[in-house]
Amino acid sequence: MTSTGAVRVALTVFAAQLRDRPLRLAVAVGAIALGVALAAGVYLVNESALIEFGRATRQLTGAADLVIRGGRAGFDEALFARLAARPEVEVASPVVELDVSLAAGGTLTVLGVDPLVAGALQPALYGELVGRFVPLLAPQAIALSARAAESLGVSAGDRLAVQLGARQRTLAVIAVLPESAYGRRLGVMDVGSAQWTLGALGRLQRIDLRLRAGVDVARFRASLQLPAGVDALTPQVSEARGANLTRAYRVNLDMLALVALLTGAFLVFATQALAVMRRRQQLALLRALGATRAELRLAVLIEGAAVGALGGLLGAALGVAIAQFTLAALGGDLGAGFFDGERIAVAADLSTLAAFVALGIAVSVAGAWNPARDAARIAPAQALKAGDAEAAPSVRRRLPLAVGAALGGIALALGPPLRGLPLFGYASIALLLFAAVRLVPLFAAAVLARLVARRPVPALALAQLNGTVAQSAVSLAAIVVSFSLMVAMAIMVHSFRDSFDRWLGEVLPADLHFRVTPPSDTAFVSPAQALALEQLDGVARVELWRVTQLSLAPEQPPVALIARPLAASSVPLPLIARATAPNPGLPLVFASEAMRDLYAYRPGQVVELPIAGRPQRFFVAGIWRDYARSGGALAIERSVFEALVHEARYTEGSVWLAPRADGATLRERIRALLAGGETLQVIAAGELKGRALAAFDRAFAITYALEAIAVAIGLLGVGLAFAMQALARRAEFGMLRHLGLRRREVLAMLAGEGAILGALGALYGLLVGVVLSLVLVFVVNRQSFHWSLDYVLPAGPLALVAVALIAAAALTAGLTGRVVTSGSAVRAVREDW
Amino acid sequence: MSSRRQAAARLGVLALVTALTLAAADYPDVLPGAEVHLPADAGAHPLFRTEWWYVTGWLATGSGEPLGFQVTFFRTRPDGDAANPSAFAARQVLIAHAAVSDPKRQRLWHDQRILRAGFGLAAAATARTDVHLKDWSLAEQGEVFTTEVRAEGFGFALTLRPSVPPLRNGAGGYSQKGPAAASASLYYSLPQLAVTGTLERGGHAEKVTGSAWLDHEWSSAYLDAAAVGWDWVGLNLEGGAALMAFRIRDAEGTPRWAGGTLRAADGAVRILWPAELRFTPGRRWRSPRTQVEYPVEWQLQAGDLMLELKPLMDDQESDSRLTTGAVYWEGAVEARSAGQRLGRGYLELTGYGERLRLR
Repeated sequence: MTSTGAVRVALTVFAAQLRDRPLRLAVAVGAIALGVALAAGVYLVNESALIEFGRATRQLTGAADLVIRGGRAGFDEALFARLAARPEVEVASPVVELDVSLAAGGTLTVLGVDPLVAGALQPALYGELVGRFVPLLAPQAIALSARAAESLGVSAGDRLAVQLGARQRTLAVIAVLPESAYGRRLGVMDVGSAQWTLGALGRLQRIDLRLRAGVDVARFRASLQLPAGVDALTPQVSEARGANLTRAYRVNLDMLALVALLTGAFLVFATQALAVMRRRQQLALLRALGATRAELRLAVLIEGAAVGALGGLLGAALGVAIAQFTLAALGGDLGAGFFDGERIAVAADLSTLAAFVALGIAVSVAGAWNPARDAARIAPAQALKAGDAEAAPSVRRRLPLAVGAALGGIALALGPPLRGLPLFGYASIALLLFAAVRLVPLFAAAVLARLVARRPVPALALAQLNGTVAQSAVSLAAIVVSFSLMVAMAIMVHSFRDSFDRWLGEVLPADLHFRVTPPSDTAFVSPAQALALEQLDGVARVELWRVTQLSLAPEQPPVALIARPLAASSVPLPLIARATAPNPGLPLVFASEAMRDLYAYRPGQVVELPIAGRPQRFFVAGIWRDYARSGGALAIERSVFEALVHEARYTEGSVWLAPRADGATLRERIRALLAGGETLQVIAAGELKGRALAAFDRAFAITYALEAIAVAIGLLGVGLAFAMQALARRAEFGMLRHLGLRRREVLAMLAGEGAILGALGALYGLLVGVVLSLVLVFVVNRQSFHWSLDYVLPAGPLALVAVALIAAAALTAGLTGRVVTSGSAVRAVREDW
Repeated sequence: MSSRRQAAARLGVLALVTALTLAAADYPDVLPGAEVHLPADAGAHPLFRTEWWYVTGWLATGSGEPLGFQVTFFRTRPDGDAANPSAFAARQVLIAHAAVSDPKRQRLWHDQRILRAGFGLAAAATARTDVHLKDWSLAEQGEVFTTEVRAEGFGFALTLRPSVPPLRNGAGGYSQKGPAAASASLYYSLPQLAVTGTLERGGHAEKVTGSAWLDHEWSSAYLDAAAVGWDWVGLNLEGGAALMAFRIRDAEGTPRWAGGTLRAADGAVRILWPAELRFTPGRRWRSPRTQVEYPVEWQLQAGDLMLELKPLMDDQESDSRLTTGAVYWEGAVEARSAGQRLGRGYLELTGYGERLRLR
């Protein structure tokens, strides 16, 4: 009986709302829709990218039971002879996998496979090639995936020039694989011609194995005795590795989307709370007419659910559109550069979309929870009296829960990463924010009571706010949530950018830098070229680096190994910790912070690194800060590395100019000397720094966008609150005008109220934001990306944003007041609000 | 998709036609006057484009159940970069086919393999008959040949003992395959091989005996541009005689060339010229898998010998598109004359679906 009664009451109230205040409902629905759309959009982009990533990995692995991987450097092909001869092995498919520098710039991943056997394991990928392998065996023949052919603008019969060291070679494009074969940018060559043409004789990066039926994969794997640095992965591990690469980034985006949704929930709370206050008499009348408390409460909740359902539906649809647009415009990693030019379709199934609609409803009902309770508490007799003043917020009740939440938040911030993610950090932020919101009325009441104004207009504004602390608190809370999160994010990003900027200055001390870019396996600078470079007129000093990759754990992305001068170097390593223990006479390795987090490297420890197929012992001499590689980086002395691999080639270098040497001309001469075509970048330190910072800003662009939307939703709430209050106070304005106040002064009063509220919100939001930023900088960022930041408070920009917020609040208040106080507008708006 | 695949197939054919007609300079030609010298020629001839060792025969189980079997090792030399020092460079590609025709179960067991030579996984020795792809092999072991196949669902290990001397086909082994003299192969056969060994079907192994035929043939220009396929038969005749006969067809199905060798029981060899051979197709059978239609019964006139060829079973079609690229019919047949069995052997019908592609 109660629930049908509630539905009837809800329908009555809701219908009245819809008739009288469609705009108010529309704003609430819109806020939920925007929140859900962002959450769904980000989720769908991530999910679709992951599904595509998994599909591509599975396609590459195919029917293999085990994949033998040796990282970028690969392993000696003798391992293939050994494994292929094992009686348990049915198919052994050798693979050369190289990122090949193209003469026209950029790289192309080239797989050198044996088309005679690869088709048995990866029919989807190589099926087309198996039946007609003869053309692929022709010298320099390459087949391209449809995506690669399209992006390179070539078709079958064309030529493709690649860069190998200082030489260029031309490949013949013999075929373009059908679109269905493989979605990513990829070239396929015969394994033998890839080894020969691409300068990788004797080495393989991968062997895909299919075992005979009945062979125990685990036991076989355990019996393999692989060289150091070579792993035997099951297909599941290969897939997890791809997902791990981007996990922290994806979770961070998910969290930002949730913040937007949370802000949306707040807006529902604000609109519902204000609606309940505004409709006190209406609701009281319903009570007097026989509606029970429970019915009234349920009615408000149902109204919230209806708003949520509408918003959720709109939001889910909008989310799919956002995901589609984002995937088309930015790709699966939102421009962060993790995936290589894949075209990804949105993977949105009905159950996922239904979940997002449900999320919208849940969030909206949660927002309506307190207002529903307030509605049920209305005492009809008292509320029906004209001029009933609302109850003052019961401040004392709020304190214990708020303090408890705050303490919980602080405790959680000290927690370790969970499955490699800063989940405790996020929970800490949520709790701290909750505590902050609980304390808003207390803060508002305390501050407003202490404010004194001498002139009549501000005094009026202040008096009004003081009289309606509960309503003001709701508006304030909406400002606080969005503004504090924005402040926290701004501090985090600023600290990051500032640290990054200073770090760049430290690691780029030379005048000119050159490097193979993007990183490739085929382009490099030879010792002869390096010697010629040192003897160039105008060159004072040259320092050469070789950057390669090591695979230390099968499920983790590879670690960068930087072989560079250490003892006699002019490029300092930004060390943050040094070993105090004595070195037992081993070569030194300096580990980046990520190595400490991901592989538990500690200064003073002895570690084994797989170099040249054998484990080599190193002494961890220190930990350094590296913002370039969140997967980890190791720096060792170049001479040590070259002695191990019996090979000298360089991928990066720094050049110091002689006094009065002309940088621009020298740069051109170096470029000509190194003859690396488009793949070798010679660039001035300042320009390189600028480009790095631009890339940084690009990567954070999506973060800024999400933040801006959260603040916009918050401001929308403020505007809404003012509009409703202004309408409620039409009689009061009339009275003030009657008492001699000019319309301009009424508007000034309203704007003043807005400004005071804005200032309170900005002040409180700043305080809360600083607290939250501590968690972001020292917990979330640290645990996500494994690097530490120097905390920097961007006082100027924050003050500017705070002033902008106050101005926006005043302007919103003034504008709504303008609408309300214009005589003719009153009637027109009355129909609506 | 299907049109793309067709286009791809056409492209492949085109590449091969080009390769075959251009007959690149570094592939040796087989010209009139060339001869087979045994035992020196028993091993592989790696410079030639194509080579095969082809064993076909009839088997009988202990209970007298008749079966056909064939195992073939192909060698092909792709047109690669001769200077490539990579151990993976595809200097030689080896292909193996194996099949057992099982009329009782109306089933053709068959499997195929392809590997590039190297790393000890696949090789064809040059000094003697010795070719293997992992654990599939055919090798000379003193007086006898042994062949072993471990395939999907079936396998065999057989010993083949020659009972008559090798038979050089054509003029001393020079076997012309078309009107042009350069379209030819070097070719000898070992008929009347006595077979003993074990055969395994579906996990069940049993002893078998029988008689088989070994062909060894190599060439750089087998089919000329106008030829699309051939009909070939090798028969172990009663009393120790043997007949090999083939004809090459063009796109219209008309014979472009024919040839054969007939050795009587007393050892007298007669070379058969195109005019002396007449292949008359009889009953046809359509493959339910590929929809290709094959004449599975024949009237064969070879010199004054008139034979009827009847298959052990109809479905002896081999789909080897994944290895040699061809779909063909290769099956055990019985040769009769006036209702009386004259011999047993194997019949091969190629180029009935699309033009035969030789790699």
